[in-house]
Amino acid sequence: MWGKLGWQAIPLDQPIPLAAGALVVFGMAAIVVWVAAKGYLPYLWREWITSVDHKRIGVMYCLLAAVMLLRGFIDALMMRAQQALAFHAPGYLPPEHYNQIFSAHGTIMIFFVAMPFVIGLMNFAVPLQLGVRDVAFPTLNSVSFWLTAAGALLINLSLVIGEFARTGWLPYPPLSELAYSPGVGVDYYLWAIQISGIGTLMTGINMVTTILKMRAPGMSYMRMPIFCWTSLASNLLIVAAFPILTATLAMLLLDRYAGFHFFTNEAGGNAMMFMNLIWAWGHPEVYILILPAFGVFSEVVSTFSGKPLFDRRSMIVATMAICILSFSVWLHHFFTMGAGGDVNGFFGIASMIIAVPTGVKIFNWLFTMYGGRIRFSSAMLWSIGFMVTFVIGGMTGVLLASPAADFVLHNSLFLVAHFHNVIIGGVLFGAFAGYTFWFPKAFGFVLDERLGKAAFWCWLVGFYVAFMPLYVLGLDGMTRRLQQYDRPEWHPWLLVAALGTLIVLCGIALQIAQLWVSIRGRAQRRESTGDPWDGRTLDWATASPPPAFNFAALPIVTSDEPYWELKQQARARRELITPEPQYQAIEMPRNSATGFVTAFFAVVTGFALIWQIWWLVILGLVGAYVTFVALAWRDVHETEIHAEEVARIDRANRGARAQALRQEPAR
Amino acid sequence: MSHEVDYEAGSYVGDDRVPGEPAAEEHSLGREVRGYVLGLALAVALTVASFWAVETHQIYRPGAAVALLVLAVAQMGIHLIFFLHITTAPDNANNVLALAFGALIVCLVVFGSLWVMGHLNQSMVPMDQLMQMQR
Amino acid sequence: MTTSALRFAHDPDFGPPETVLGAASGHGSGGPAPKRIVVGYGFWIFLLSDVIMFSAFFAAYAVLFKNTAGGPTAHDLFDLRNTAVETGCLLASSFTCGMASLAVGQRNQKWTQITLLITGLLGLAFLLLEFHEFSGFVARGAGPSRSAFLSAFFTLVGCHGVHVSAGLLWLGTMMAQFYAKGFRQDIRHRFLCFSLFWHALDIIWVAIFSLVYLVGTLPPELLP
Repeated sequence: MWGKLGWQAIPLDQPIPLAAGALVVFGMAAIVVWVAAKGYLPYLWREWITSVDHKRIGVMYCLLAAVMLLRGFIDALMMRAQQALAFHAPGYLPPEHYNQIFSAHGTIMIFFVAMPFVIGLMNFAVPLQLGVRDVAFPTLNSVSFWLTAAGALLINLSLVIGEFARTGWLPYPPLSELAYSPGVGVDYYLWAIQISGIGTLMTGINMVTTILKMRAPGMSYMRMPIFCWTSLASNLLIVAAFPILTATLAMLLLDRYAGFHFFTNEAGGNAMMFMNLIWAWGHPEVYILILPAFGVFSEVVSTFSGKPLFDRRSMIVATMAICILSFSVWLHHFFTMGAGGDVNGFFGIASMIIAVPTGVKIFNWLFTMYGGRIRFSSAMLWSIGFMVTFVIGGMTGVLLASPAADFVLHNSLFLVAHFHNVIIGGVLFGAFAGYTFWFPKAFGFVLDERLGKAAFWCWLVGFYVAFMPLYVLGLDGMTRRLQQYDRPEWHPWLLVAALGTLIVLCGIALQIAQLWVSIRGRAQRRESTGDPWDGRTLDWATASPPPAFNFAALPIVTSDEPYWELKQQARARRELITPEPQYQAIEMPRNSATGFVTAFFAVVTGFALIWQIWWLVILGLVGAYVTFVALAWRDVHETEIHAEEVARIDRANRGARAQALRQEPAR
Repeated sequence: MSHEVDYEAGSYVGDDRVPGEPAAEEHSLGREVRGYVLGLALAVALTVASFWAVETHQIYRPGAAVALLVLAVAQMGIHLIFFLHITTAPDNANNVLALAFGALIVCLVVFGSLWVMGHLNQSMVPMDQLMQMQR
Repeated sequence: MTTSALRFAHDPDFGPPETVLGAASGHGSGGPAPKRIVVGYGFWIFLLSDVIMFSAFFAAYAVLFKNTAGGPTAHDLFDLRNTAVETGCLLASSFTCGMASLAVGQRNQKWTQITLLITGLLGLAFLLLEFHEFSGFVARGAGPSRSAFLSAFFTLVGCHGVHVSAGLLWLGTMMAQFYAKGFRQDIRHRFLCFSLFWHALDIIWVAIFSLVYLVGTLPPELLP
């Protein structure tokens, strides 16, 4: 009746997951009770949960990412602590548990921190930068977010009910096959990723369509902001790569559930095929993560240098080159699997070539800064920190791209240091820069800069202290994922690495403090013009936060920095240049519970599949189908915002900007 | 209704086109039906040719697999042109680019996998032998 | 002449199908495209992602083709007459779907329902034949758990069959919606997506019958 589920699924005999799980469950229950008691539930339902507004969805994605960052970071703390202790000693984490922790750490960080963070930033900023009202498919956007959240929920459920996978963040067979992983851990992983993968694929389709088919009049491709170009490249990669992930994980699921033999040891299965296909997804995945970060840096560097981005054309060409080339290098993740010299040589050279367009971008950012009037805000600090850190990480990547070197360094801590170097230095720093940059746009008040800078320095120093020792250890022969070891020369480096993690912890604490302080003091920190950073792109032409419809009337774009030129003219005349538009009623898509309800059924179905409660699976699928049809039967898709309302909102912002212009010192 | 616009403009050939929609405004119903019938006839011919290519000795036998691949691609083209109305006009540019991108990825995945796995399999001990070594 | 300043257009907004500034040229400077274009293009991108998913299954099939683990091979199993009939059904259904597109364009409810019904019946015939084939294989001990080759075959062809099944569910829903709500714009958009989907399924079937069934029936020495 209940499949494999039973009371033994709750880890009553394991103190650490039990305590952690209890903490999370009670904490979440407390939050829900507090929200309900204060009467916020109707507001939350109406304004956030059923919202199809890209700005709200973007914020929710970033919030999900931030919360999951905490869980993933706790996993990191636990791993560093274990490795610091486990020299000629068992440490405090038994191997079965340690293996789940490093698997959860990687899975959460990639799929539920990095991906939601960049997708959230793209969701928030791209329609604003394109000068349009929303993405192409707003309801689908909501479904995408809630499916991602459903996947995150399933992963977190594995902490309290059952177990997680022990196979690392990519579940290589034969270990991940039923014969060697009979528990539910791998199934939790597989269904969570499949569910959130569908959400991500739909985001890819949504954003590609938005960027290619919905831009303000006059915004040709060459006039698109660079962040939109990198978003386009990233989402094209999502559309191209995620189906491969879906197919490959489906094959593993069929092996586990239906006795198929794709990757088994018997009956002709070929485990190496899994590695081949999964990395054909996996390599584009890391470019999916880094390209939006590159876009953020382009925007931040040009804004805070007070100059247009140096050589937009080569930036765009480099971006699209990276997009295409990212599909030609995947074998470098398994040089040692024995494909031979010809194949290894081709992919090794391709992996080195792909560093070139990134180099072009770095130089373009440097030349943007050169000769500019640089303001060292925290967003700019994140960008400069990125440039140094990412270049180091990129160079170690090129080192690994040589198959000969990789034969020594594959799966050592050198590799671990490399990918953390580029992901933290690139993706995470970019996410933090974007978060700082667009926070005022989203909420109408600026984050505390001092705490932001302090957080940056802790992150930067902490990162180097935590990961540079890992390069040494890798060269010294230490393999990744070791639960304990007996080489004395490794021990001091691992102690240093643990210290680095604690410094990063300070950084995270400072970021939480920054948020707390800024929210509490938001009345003083309010920014009324909508343009706190002297921005250059159309997103800064809106109010902060932008109204639901973004722009009262869509702007006509005649150059690649339309807002900047307009602003310069306005400053010269100390008054607004554009006349008041003829306010018209605006139709916006209605809120929809489809996303939330679909995700609810996804969680039910996923959980039922994991525990093999078949009647519940059918119930979940039927529920999902009924939801779909119910939405399809909806007659009224849009709601109208009256012209007077549009006028009122827009005039308020125009008034604030006009006042700021008058009060500015003469130029 | 629109103000004077001086944004960069290419040649105006009318609205963007979407795959799959018949251009009903431009052609008569009869012409549209004839288009579909022609597409069907060509597809049937290519299908018959494919089945024939398996058996016949008119084609160099070792090239039969390649012939089937070519015929399949041709038939996909017929579908794209006659049923999905993909053209090379500028209003179809996005559709063609997306299709080309998809085709590129498909080729990379399929032929890349075959190349890689072929080499890997050459170096790999057969699985049943490997399992014997475990005992 | 004032230097370029930001000017505002009447909003070619979300709802109406025509855009005031109209006209697209591939350079994309005409403003947001009409809903019909946006919906159609978005679905086109989805279809391409689906094709890429199929290509991953194709790649697995190609790699595992020879791994028959001493069990039945493609040459042993495939019945080309069955394949020919399935192909005929699906191709004909693509044609009738095209006819349905024309009927929708003419806003003709009778012919829309008739052509869609025929499309559905042909699709159903395809599925029944395929189900019959699969159950025959299983009965002969050539089920998906027999060997890697059979796992890959059942997954690739079965995935296509699942898509056809989903398509039939969708078709039924479309018939009901046209009947209940007429030729409303959003329902026509959905039908545009459906017909794209249905044609794409036939395109994928072309690859399957050519590269799986026909190539599989070639004598082993002729295979690359």
